Amino acid sequence: MINPEHHLILRYVARLVIPFVALFGLYVQFHGDFGPGGGFQAGVIMAVTLVLYALIFGLDEAQKAVPVSWLRIGAAAGVLLYAGTGLASLFLGENYLNYTPLHPDVAHKKGQHYGILLIEFGILLAVANTIALLFYLFTERLSDMRDEDW
Amino acid sequence: MNFDYVMSDPYLFFLQIAFMIALALLAIGSLMMRSLFALTMMAGAYSLICAMWFAVLDAVDVAFTEAAVGAGASTILMLGALLLTKREVAVRHWTKWLLSFLTILALGALLIYATLDMPAFGDPLSPANATVGRAYLEQTAKEVGVPNVVTAVLASYRGFDTLGEAMVIFCAGLTVFILLHKSMSKPYDAEDHEETTYKADENMRGQAAEASES
Repeated sequence: MINPEHHLILRYVARLVIPFVALFGLYVQFHGDFGPGGGFQAGVIMAVTLVLYALIFGLDEAQKAVPVSWLRIGAAAGVLLYAGTGLASLFLGENYLNYTPLHPDVAHKKGQHYGILLIEFGILLAVANTIALLFYLFTERLSDMRDEDW
Repeated sequence: MNFDYVMSDPYLFFLQIAFMIALALLAIGSLMMRSLFALTMMAGAYSLICAMWFAVLDAVDVAFTEAAVGAGASTILMLGALLLTKREVAVRHWTKWLLSFLTILALGALLIYATLDMPAFGDPLSPANATVGRAYLEQTAKEVGVPNVVTAVLASYRGFDTLGEAMVIFCAGLTVFILLHKSMSKPYDAEDHEETTYKADENMRGQAAEASES
């Protein structure tokens, strides 16, 4: 277990940095239509916030904040949201994953816009939860790590 | 070969030469390296230089992905995996690795030979730029209405492919979960298992200590 007095500067800086990293992740997510970025990149950035938290405050604290079961459900929900968006357009009378009928304003292609946002959010959920899950699974196999091991 | 673009932007050209040299140095350096921790860090640096290169070539989306996934996430996962294994590469006699080394050399030579057939950089008549790529650029504003054409291709035109990618990532995570998670290894005695891994860990530390003494 990590000594709470240990790495004081790291812990303080992490507490400052993590919200901004998460905010940047959301920016990358929702700005993906206009600039570089999208669900994959944003997902990794969101996962990194959790990884950073676990590295600084310990795996137990991180798992108290975000348990493994959430990550499993979140990753599955992401894929389901993506596939569900496709199904929605199918039921609205278009091809699978053609987003045009998702919004009545066809002239401004709002359906495409909302469809892309929805599936990018699905990708974000799938990627972020899977990366965080992989990190949990690898690190929780080792009970404790000593500094000399490096 | 066409060297026009070198003359049009010599700064870009020399920047790319610098990236190439850095990548070659990292590759040679990681051949010499024995510590797995240092190797992981060098792989991360390699990805970061690749990301910079992609950014210089105006492939910002690819650069972003490479920086986030290649340099960030895979380094973290490699470090996590490193905790479960030894810290150093085992030394092998040269007769053991010579065959694989020659195979890699031959493969590299083949790849370089294949690049000779590639169209020149930025060639507007290359198949990728002249046919489907051009159609995407022309149609996106009309059909999808999203400024970033890469996002339009990834999410709308190739939505099916991207769904497959999301599923691959999900399945990979699920597989690792089934293989590694504690709740999945109930059938055999969990306590006994912990005991043996602990002993194996101690053994490994003992060996490492002996190795460093000798």
